Amino acid sequence: MGTVNQEQVRRDVTAFIVENFLFGNVADAPRPETSFMETGLVDSTGILELVAHLESAYGVSVADDELIPENLDSVGSIAAFVVRKKGG
Amino acid sequence: MTFSADVLSIDLAAEADRICAEIRRIVSHDLKRRGLVVALSGGIDSSCVAALAARALGPAHVHGLHMPERDSSEETIKLSKSVSDTFGFDSTVEELTPILEGLRCYQRRDEAIRMVFPDYGAGWKSKIVLPGVPESGEGYNVYYLVAQTPSGEMIKKRLPPKAYLQIVAATNFKQRTRKMLEYYHADRLHFATTGTPNRLEYDQGFFVKNGDGAADVKPIAHLYKTQVYAMARFLGVPAAICNRAPTTDTYSLAQGQDEFYFALPYDKMDLALWAKNHGVGAAEVAPVIGLSPAQVEWVYKDIDQKRSTTRYMHLPPVLCGDVAEIDI
Repeated sequence: MGTVNQEQVRRDVTAFIVENFLFGNVADAPRPETSFMETGLVDSTGILELVAHLESAYGVSVADDELIPENLDSVGSIAAFVVRKKGG
Repeated sequence: MTFSADVLSIDLAAEADRICAEIRRIVSHDLKRRGLVVALSGGIDSSCVAALAARALGPAHVHGLHMPERDSSEETIKLSKSVSDTFGFDSTVEELTPILEGLRCYQRRDEAIRMVFPDYGAGWKSKIVLPGVPESGEGYNVYYLVAQTPSGEMIKKRLPPKAYLQIVAATNFKQRTRKMLEYYHADRLHFATTGTPNRLEYDQGFFVKNGDGAADVKPIAHLYKTQVYAMARFLGVPAAICNRAPTTDTYSLAQGQDEFYFALPYDKMDLALWAKNHGVGAAEVAPVIGLSPAQVEWVYKDIDQKRSTTRYMHLPPVLCGDVAEIDI
């Protein structure tokens, strides 16, 4: 996959969460700034699932020291992280 | 009151008497059974529960089970038998390995390990670990697989979710098989089963749902692990058990509970949990347990996160409509 922009990643990650964690319930979809930790929407297993999705969908490899809330605690922070990883 | 390790001191004699009175009431009145089955792991918690059960009901009303399997440490059964010998109750040895082989427990686990280390096989050993409290005070608690190759080299890799979930699912056969056997003996004796979590384990969901988490009575679930050690010593549990560090005795490589599940060794984890439960600030706790205030905040968050993620473990079956006639 070539370059991606943050909006594309936000849409994709939100869709992944709605599909896999909310069984299609769009009404509960997180806003870009919603903290997964504070709301309990995505737990540590969920983070691993999200990371596996990012690695397969965007061809990025998430290093151990990148597994921090700053990169992964919201749809918005994930989008920024992925774009950074892709050199965007 | 200044926060210190002394907050966990209790009147052991009074607490032992109170728990024993509760055990007698619960077994006779609530459960209407004639005694208790205790699965003995050779660890401090099950030994303490066995001692309390024997004191409460008399040794004739306690039955111990020793249930080693392929990955158990060699000293497990020696230690667990020292408990039934010390407190004078009957016990049975149930060898788990053939049952677990029938369930393909080891095979399913090793298949999952090979998702991470493709060469894993005979002569290898493994365990899963958590990285512990991050220096920076931020980061997720995600599991790593540690393997020892036949040549003794140790290798470590982060677990992807599919492999992690399958390893845990396969090893959970061990706790669930043990509980199945506990209920067999409980049913044949008209006894009830015991659960042996301490407060840390109970609060933080460190048990297998419908495995060691299933039990009719959990006599020490309100006691911090430090208090369980003190209680075990008070009750006369053999010194070899009281002086042993907590292990899971579940994986083929030796594994401490603090590297598998808890962020800190139990004595510090106890204090952090007590402090959080009593509203003590991170700055006051930090010097007592040798962490920075930011790290204590991380531990507090980790406690909340584990409570949230393991709420499912405590839930009984959830109905989608009321059955008002069944009053529990």
